[in-house]
Amino acid sequence: MKRRSKPRTVQLLDLAHARSGDKGDTANIGLIAKRPRDYPLLVKQVTAARVARHFKGMIKGPVERFELPNLQALNFLLHGALDGGGTISLKTDAQGKVFSTALLRMTIEVKR
Amino acid sequence: MSTVRIAGGQGFWGDWVEAPYRQVTGGPIDYLMMDYLAEVTMSILQKQKSRDSSRGYATDFISQMERILPTVVDRGIKVTANAGGVNPRGCARALADMARKLGLAGKLRIGIVTGDDLLERLDGLLARGHQLANLDTGRPLRDVRDKVLSANAYLGAAPVVEALQKGAQVVITGRVTDTGLTLGPLMHTFGWTPEDWDKIAAGTVAGHIIECGAQCSGGNCLNDWKRVPDLARVGYPIVEARADGTFDLIKHPNTGGRIDVPGVTEQLVYEMGDPHTYITPDGVADFTTIRLKQAGKDRVQVSGVRGKPATDKLKVSIAYFYGYKAVGTLVYAWPDALAKAQAADRILRQRLQDLKLEFDAIHTEFVGANATHGPLALKGLDADALPEVQLRIGVRSPDEARVDRFTREIAPLILNGPPSVTGFAGGRPKPEEIVAYWPALIDKTLVKPVVEIMDV
Repeated sequence: MKRRSKPRTVQLLDLAHARSGDKGDTANIGLIAKRPRDYPLLVKQVTAARVARHFKGMIKGPVERFELPNLQALNFLLHGALDGGGTISLKTDAQGKVFSTALLRMTIEVKR
Repeated sequence: MSTVRIAGGQGFWGDWVEAPYRQVTGGPIDYLMMDYLAEVTMSILQKQKSRDSSRGYATDFISQMERILPTVVDRGIKVTANAGGVNPRGCARALADMARKLGLAGKLRIGIVTGDDLLERLDGLLARGHQLANLDTGRPLRDVRDKVLSANAYLGAAPVVEALQKGAQVVITGRVTDTGLTLGPLMHTFGWTPEDWDKIAAGTVAGHIIECGAQCSGGNCLNDWKRVPDLARVGYPIVEARADGTFDLIKHPNTGGRIDVPGVTEQLVYEMGDPHTYITPDGVADFTTIRLKQAGKDRVQVSGVRGKPATDKLKVSIAYFYGYKAVGTLVYAWPDALAKAQAADRILRQRLQDLKLEFDAIHTEFVGANATHGPLALKGLDADALPEVQLRIGVRSPDEARVDRFTREIAPLILNGPPSVTGFAGGRPKPEEIVAYWPALIDKTLVKPVVEIMDV
């Protein structure tokens, strides 16, 4: 027996795992649903626009999103994220290795 | 041959020294694949070669091979490695010398792949109208031509296949793609043709998964990371491939780590770009077609990979001298650790302004508060509870003198800035040279891979 109630807010950390890295000045974040049934939630709510807002002040360029339903994963490209990237960058995370967990701070709404 | 086993032995230059030895001795394998080259590695090697013409390759490869070569020769294991850097012939000579010292004369054939190095050809290419424009910015290469330190086209699997067909047991290459070092052995073993795009894509995906070493077998795995077993003895990955292009990812028995679908998925999405078009010199793989299945403990089956024809271009990796940077740090202690570090940052920036020192960039981070997650980490942070915060401030500029002057402004803050500061034991930071990366494309017809054989 399931009862419908108000949506609750859940951090992506509870629903997904992620890995990130660099391509030049672009951070590449792969976001993977822990349970296949949560993948549609990610597709619906973790949009490119939402991710761009989440990282406001941390990235200079646009955000692109790609869907991988076969892996229950979304791939994001965050352009202008790494202060020039590679050896030029002055950032601790010059290669975007932990943009992954920064994305997992985002919250989305879950019914139930 | 029904299956072939290709073991990943190095994910980058500096990876675990024990890994190649454990891959060769931990169970049966047919190939050992080792990736040594990152984007800026080539410029470092070019600099070494300019000082000593016998150098310019990954020297770690030679010491790692010294340990495993008798076993490799004894068991007929083949090795593919892009350890040749900007001097694959020099690397091969060093390996041959070492093999003779080990008493392996007459028992080893080395394949050498060159033709990727474009440094000497750059002016000719530019004169004939090839712009080598920066893929990210569109700027033509002539803007930085006088600062170029290295220029290498990414070669694919074809010359690796040719070397193996000529009987090479160890194939040493220059800038061959990481994936080509895995795809080459698969094409050679199963007789896949270069236009069998689905199989080329499958071999490319196999290469992508194992090119970062243990990152697909439990290392750096976020999913359920606390329960990844025995990372101290992590097993590096092995591709067990079949002629139809399907393959399993496995590791040797009695090793640590974990091979499961979530972990392999993390590695698939790593630096993937557009999943529909993962472009290599050999073909274009469509990552949205990949099927993963847990086929046993520490065994993931990969199937369904579809590919598309290769493009008519090769990527070129160019390194050029950009300028200088320096990063200084100071540690501030409770109470008000973050506020003190922030005050020190303001004071330092005011002093730089008063000195009229301008930079291309000044970047401040407060390690312990916002260095990795930026403003996202400061939301809801109990700053008063932080026991310490490291101020980390860096500058970059084409002008070394300006960067050097900056480095002298850090230490004075200990006595003439905010209180409770420590952690300056390392002394004044030194300006470092910045070698920047310039990605470009070149017509495939302009780059001819060369394969040579050296018998020991």
